[in-house]
Amino acid sequence: MTVQSVFPALEQLLPRVQKPVQYVGGELNAVVKPWEDATVRWCLMYPDAYEVGIPNQGVQILYEVLNERADTLCERTYAVWPDLEKLMRENGVPQFTVDAHRPVGAFDALGVSFSTELGYTNMLTAIDLAGVPLHAVDRDETHPLVIAGGHAAFNPEAISMFIDGAVLGDGEQAVLAITDIIADFKAQGSPGGRDELLMRLAKSGVMYVPAFYDVEYLEDGRIRRVSPNRPGVPWRVAKHTVMDLDEWPYPKAPLVPIAESVHERMSVEIFRGCTRGCRFCQAGMITRPVRERSMTTIADMVANGLEKTGYEEIGLLSLSSADHSEIAEIAKGLADRYEDSQTSLSLPSTRVDAFNIDLANELSRNGRRSGLTFAPEGGSERIRKVINKMVTEEDLIRTVTAAYASGWRQVKLYFMCGLPTEEDEDVLQIARLAHEVIKAGREASGRKDIRCTVSIGGFVPKPHTPFQWAAQLDHETTDSRLYKLRDAIRQDREFGKSIGVRYHDGKPGVVEGLLSRGDRRVGKVIEQVWRDGQRFDGWSEHFSYDRWMAAAEIAFADEPVDVNWYTIRERELSEVLAWDHLDSGLDKEWLWDDWQDALSEVEVDDCRWTPCFDCGVCDHMGTEIQVGPTNAVMLPMPVIPSRVVANSGA
Amino acid sequence: MARDRDPGREIVPAVQKLRIQHAKRDRLRFTSHRDFQRAFERALKRAGVPMAYSAGFSPHPKISYANAAPTGVASEAEYVEIGVVKVVDPDKLLAVLDEVLPPGLDVLAVVEARTPDFVARLEASHWRIELPGTSVETLEQALAAFMSESEVLVDRLTKSGIRTFDARTAVIRANVEMGSDCAILQVVVRHGVPAVRPDDVLAALKKVADFAQEIPPRVTRLAQGPLLEDGWSVGDPFTLDREATQA
Repeated sequence: MTVQSVFPALEQLLPRVQKPVQYVGGELNAVVKPWEDATVRWCLMYPDAYEVGIPNQGVQILYEVLNERADTLCERTYAVWPDLEKLMRENGVPQFTVDAHRPVGAFDALGVSFSTELGYTNMLTAIDLAGVPLHAVDRDETHPLVIAGGHAAFNPEAISMFIDGAVLGDGEQAVLAITDIIADFKAQGSPGGRDELLMRLAKSGVMYVPAFYDVEYLEDGRIRRVSPNRPGVPWRVAKHTVMDLDEWPYPKAPLVPIAESVHERMSVEIFRGCTRGCRFCQAGMITRPVRERSMTTIADMVANGLEKTGYEEIGLLSLSSADHSEIAEIAKGLADRYEDSQTSLSLPSTRVDAFNIDLANELSRNGRRSGLTFAPEGGSERIRKVINKMVTEEDLIRTVTAAYASGWRQVKLYFMCGLPTEEDEDVLQIARLAHEVIKAGREASGRKDIRCTVSIGGFVPKPHTPFQWAAQLDHETTDSRLYKLRDAIRQDREFGKSIGVRYHDGKPGVVEGLLSRGDRRVGKVIEQVWRDGQRFDGWSEHFSYDRWMAAAEIAFADEPVDVNWYTIRERELSEVLAWDHLDSGLDKEWLWDDWQDALSEVEVDDCRWTPCFDCGVCDHMGTEIQVGPTNAVMLPMPVIPSRVVANSGA
Repeated sequence: MARDRDPGREIVPAVQKLRIQHAKRDRLRFTSHRDFQRAFERALKRAGVPMAYSAGFSPHPKISYANAAPTGVASEAEYVEIGVVKVVDPDKLLAVLDEVLPPGLDVLAVVEARTPDFVARLEASHWRIELPGTSVETLEQALAAFMSESEVLVDRLTKSGIRTFDARTAVIRANVEMGSDCAILQVVVRHGVPAVRPDDVLAALKKVADFAQEIPPRVTRLAQGPLLEDGWSVGDPFTLDREATQA
């Protein structure tokens, strides 16, 4: 059976919507394969607007890995804005891919990548527009498997009724394993239908299939136990870890959109994982261990990517890029290579130390030094011990002094509000810190026009972290602390005018908290709020706290739980957490001990440079830390003759 | 690294200018002018074109864009001029640039700039407006009513608010043809300030006649250039540069 492009129908609607180019595809390096030639057909979705979704590395990597297989085709879809959604519903146009504008409902699998829980409502829109039943239980052989991935998939319980499966961890090998299973199943004539396919996937351990697990509750609302309801299904489902990133140098041909996106640069991931042990950071906890990509592979990926994309900026991505064992050599090597071009380099995440300033200086050689960003995260020395962000005030002042002295004009400082054990005083310390930063900066630079911007948002406790048991701060207290901080900075007569404050109010964090530590009962809230019109939760102009609370009121009417129960309630060690059957490798007792250490303000080191402290991941997952140095040398770039210059012989 | 250069840094001057005619076709007609600019600049990089850059803190490649067709409108006649620091072969540039641009953004012609005042030479545009669901008779009646007027004022929402201007005087010639599933309006419009666009002409038709268009029209700019001696044919704006090159 072939599948028709929906473009002729969509084309009629595009002149009537905002930014139609985001729906037409045609990106550089996009792949369109004949439908009939593929055995397994994947559609990948990033559940946000195209401009946010298109740069996503996870989707780009899997898109390429899957399309490299001869028996597989892979296309992409993104969330459509409400203006187009309305027209699509009126005109019967289904959710479509941007590659060949094929209907999403015709694919074998719909993989949805969740960086955050705020994409859940957009997934429901896409499933519904695709003509696929919202609830997994109502789907049959004609519908795609809906598979969640990304960081939020480490606790997909809140969306368990809408998905057929969830993949934890790195996706490269997992999608290929799933593809093998689907291909075999189809080759055998799909024996036993959808249920059999899901059983094969679940038994293999590649994917968590929520339907094969039952959740029982205690009378007070806590979970009594989670257990498989079929023989052969594992009690716990483990995450996937790709070892040796040099063997997976993707994306090799990054997608370059015609529409403007939020990241107008090419990204190269220089390592995966982080063992700094910041207790609030889910990404650092669930992506262990550290696996570095070698300097040589990084240089090749940069050179190849620039040639394939025409981008002028390269971002060296990771959770803490300055921590690569050869970052100084990488920065210098790339700076030398591209010295005479218009190409610029950036290091998105920065560390508070003087080495980092040397690095930033190298990357901005010849250039204007506008702004540097640091993330002390906690305002007081005490709270930084609680969260294990090992930065002293002295470190910070020394670092910013070096920055201002080398010509940087603006320093941005990132903080969180609502961390465990936090008092008003911890947050108010930020005002004093910013004051000291400006003071040191004026002395170091001899200028009065230097600035410091404080950016602060509410903390949301996440699963698989030591703070998974913590009570989230209610939004009223969060907001009042933020206002007190804002006022304290305004009242700084000496330097207040040099300090900017940006803060996000606490209400969206409540919804994020509900979703991230939610269990299966939260799914009813998501469905209700979506039916009430909620979309695009990551966008303040579309997010409605009141709509969420009203939906929760209805959905929890017959339950012993409410929003506060999920958010501002502290958990105990004995409580079964909704994600306990999902295995990030972290030992639950280690997490608990780390939580107790946090409360006692005891710090823990980074296992890259100190002996293993038994977080459980490497032992349990059979993985190991992969760090350099490789002592390789980055050679100058060979000069490629221009193909267009006259008499160049090309 | 080298993006935000010191203004004191040496600037290599352009040694040659080239004029490029390109099309915007099919689904890529939905690209906005800004979208096209980004895609075009990246294509120049991929093609290895030795671009000249402006001076200053944020150097820009030397590129001039002329009279871009509106978002959603296809075109066979868009024009761009670039400055380069090494002499480029126009035929090679055409081939390589077309290869690196996505299908739908197609390079049609490249000439070396040998004459001044190129933009002034773009005196008028020839638009083909396909109107699905409209009959030839209805369109002919509307057009006749429009042409009989000496002035038809239309409103357009601009960044600075609603602007009212005449959409009739700029229309030099117009006729109606029958298409497979639509009536087709062919119209030659003189460029001016503000530029009268195809949607302004359609708005004017709706104003003077009983003419409703439910389905969005499909519009293509077929040509853009100097008005020829007959007073309404649109010529090739590259003719003068070609003659100068051959001379």
